[in-house]
Amino acid sequence: MTEQTFTIIDDGVAQDVEASDGQQRAKAAQASGRPVAIDLEERAAYLGVSAEERGRRLAALEAPDFTLPDLEGRPHSLSDHRGKKVFLVAYGSW
Amino acid sequence: MVLSIAVDRSADAARPWIEAARPTHPSLVDVRHRIADLYNMVNVPTVVWIDERGRIARPNDVAFGTDTFRHITGIEAAKHVGALRAWVRGDGGVLSDDQTRALQTLPSSSDQEARAEFGLGQWLSEQGRPEAAARHFVRAGELAPHDFMIRRGTMPIRGIDPMGPAFRGMLQEWTAAGHPYYRPLPD
Repeated sequence: MTEQTFTIIDDGVAQDVEASDGQQRAKAAQASGRPVAIDLEERAAYLGVSAEERGRRLAALEAPDFTLPDLEGRPHSLSDHRGKKVFLVAYGSW
Repeated sequence: MVLSIAVDRSADAARPWIEAARPTHPSLVDVRHRIADLYNMVNVPTVVWIDERGRIARPNDVAFGTDTFRHITGIEAAKHVGALRAWVRGDGGVLSDDQTRALQTLPSSSDQEARAEFGLGQWLSEQGRPEAAARHFVRAGELAPHDFMIRRGTMPIRGIDPMGPAFRGMLQEWTAAGHPYYRPLPD
């Protein structure tokens, strides 16, 4: 990362851009109602997903799909299990 | 089928637990709290029932498989397990869409601001910038003080014992203000 770059993490995907472009993208995302976390010292911004968008999806009762790895790094998606009832459990070692 | 997701700082943090449990179901690891953002999960354990069509049949609830921590949580395992068995067998436990929606908690703007702060902190942590990361984790917790997926879940990333005095102090302050640590669905 050089002095001129800025990292935009858009819903989890990081991309290095020109510093001026990066700050502009962060501002545009904010103006469109997205939550944005910025660190000017670290020259990085995280563009999240709005409460409206997440809420609309959840209220429609469609289970949001996701793809996550197992311990061996193999990806699994919720949608792989369509046709079965799924008991989804989130837990943590903490 | 069961799909379990460890919301943890790394695969290695979750590994000993998964290896000890030797699950036969897919056992996944979510270091970026993807599932928390998508489903508005604010603590662990959180369970969701999803039907054959991929629809939410019962929204976020707190359930335990055993009564090991019942003296702390006040939550009895058998009740949820019984309801789950009935639903799986097609023997009850089905909620209407309206009932399901009435039980949902949708995210607020500050919840999503908190998740953006978490996301930046988690990324900075991956880049080897722990001090910068900690600033954003703390800010995230201020934005969503009820979100223990953030407040407690980031403790191991920040080198803080998630069972230690920092957590106990946080919990005491929270419960003394009249807030529950776990929010199971009403009966």
